[in-house]
Amino acid sequence: MKTKKTSLYQLHHNNSAKFVEFAGYQMPIQYSDGIVEEHKFTRSHAGIFDVSHMGQLFIYGSDDLIEDLEKIFPLDLKNLEMNHSKYSFLMNDEAGIYDDLIITKIEKGFMIILNAACKDNDFKIISELLNDKYKMELDKERSLIALQGPKSSEILNYIINGVNDLNFMSGSWFKFLEKKVYVTRSGYTGEDGFEVSIINELAEKFTTELIDRGAKLIGLGARDTLRLEAGLCLYGHELDRGKTPVEANLKWAISKERISQGNFIGSRIITKQLSDGVNKIRVGIKPEGKVIAREKTKIFNQSDIYIGEITSGTFGPSVNGPVAMGYVENDFSKKNTKVFLEVRGKKHPANICGLPFYKKSYVKGANK
Amino acid sequence: MSEVKYSKEHEWITLEGDIATIGITKHATEMLGDIVFTELPEKGSNVEKDGTAGVVESTKAASDVYTPVSGEVVDTNQSIVDDPSKINEDPESSAWFFKLKMKDKAELDSLMNKEEYDKFAKESAS
Repeated sequence: MKTKKTSLYQLHHNNSAKFVEFAGYQMPIQYSDGIVEEHKFTRSHAGIFDVSHMGQLFIYGSDDLIEDLEKIFPLDLKNLEMNHSKYSFLMNDEAGIYDDLIITKIEKGFMIILNAACKDNDFKIISELLNDKYKMELDKERSLIALQGPKSSEILNYIINGVNDLNFMSGSWFKFLEKKVYVTRSGYTGEDGFEVSIINELAEKFTTELIDRGAKLIGLGARDTLRLEAGLCLYGHELDRGKTPVEANLKWAISKERISQGNFIGSRIITKQLSDGVNKIRVGIKPEGKVIAREKTKIFNQSDIYIGEITSGTFGPSVNGPVAMGYVENDFSKKNTKVFLEVRGKKHPANICGLPFYKKSYVKGANK
Repeated sequence: MSEVKYSKEHEWITLEGDIATIGITKHATEMLGDIVFTELPEKGSNVEKDGTAGVVESTKAASDVYTPVSGEVVDTNQSIVDDPSKINEDPESSAWFFKLKMKDKAELDSLMNKEEYDKFAKESAS
């Protein structure tokens, strides 16, 4: 299959991007500054992330749709306010995760942002579950551009006036060059920021304006180190069909109202796990030394018994040391539990720790 | 000091008497990206030609460092363990990795000179 390109491909190329294939797309892994500088720039200024490979699914319908979507997602969608967003999952009957996603209530329906590698399968699953009753569209006409970092609000507000009034996890329609753009205050770096859904024809022009205002393009490499420092899950690593939201330590994302009702896909397992507990659970892991424990690194307890595996591990540029997440047996999941990580045949001490590794600075209220 | 020689694994080596100094090439650092972790062989250990003799890691991945010749490790560069970014800054001089007391100087003969290595690096990059 031919790899796809986003609308910003030429711009990435002009900015000396190194490309990798990711989920069938040619995506920039880094630019000339390198991952560490790009990471730090995002934390101190504002980084631009081309996330156009992600799925932008629009589903249109009224009260019936809300009811039907509540059978799929463990969310209280009836009470979700207009233009507000929630983090959620698409699950199977065993509560295994097909994808993690952000769902936003928009006029006449919902917008769902899906992972690039999952989006086509998600579409198939959701349309089957909804019996093709509603108009559903995986939008190919729009790009998705994230701006993340402490200067995001100032920069984006110059270009799209009014965005700095948005609250975290909410959005609204704005205009850029007379065309409608949907902007949400959200992101995946642990920083304040925005995601802008914009028609492909204007994506490069819009991004160039962000660059002119001082923002820099940031590749997938830094996106990964940023989200890991922020303690956020990446599908295919922390999340997959063999793991449930309760095991992933994401029960906060499941609506309490819906747990008591129970009628959503996977609810039987979720309810059981919430009352009985789980065998394995996602934790943060901080190595004591400098050794980086990568994905699939085996984790042992103090008696040298295998208790789990790392799902993501790297060097955290803002933490200035190694950071990791993984799954361990529940008995060893308490903060400050000493564990050992087997890297290149040697066992290195580490501690279970709270997440995030890097304290987030999400904006809760509007900047007045 | 002898002419700098290069290996296909992107190490460079110079010789003073029977002491060889070994590091990784600028081309290698450009392929790796930001180096954030370094592991060096232990002083006093013996390493074999083409065997692993350390690790460098970028934010993305770990890569083995190989020794282009055999010998006893007589010194290691702690400064690149303390601050691995020095390897990106000055890979072919101050950011050397380790020094070996060479067993067999004939092992140098199979390595490339600068011109050969530059050609090799250019070809392997494309």
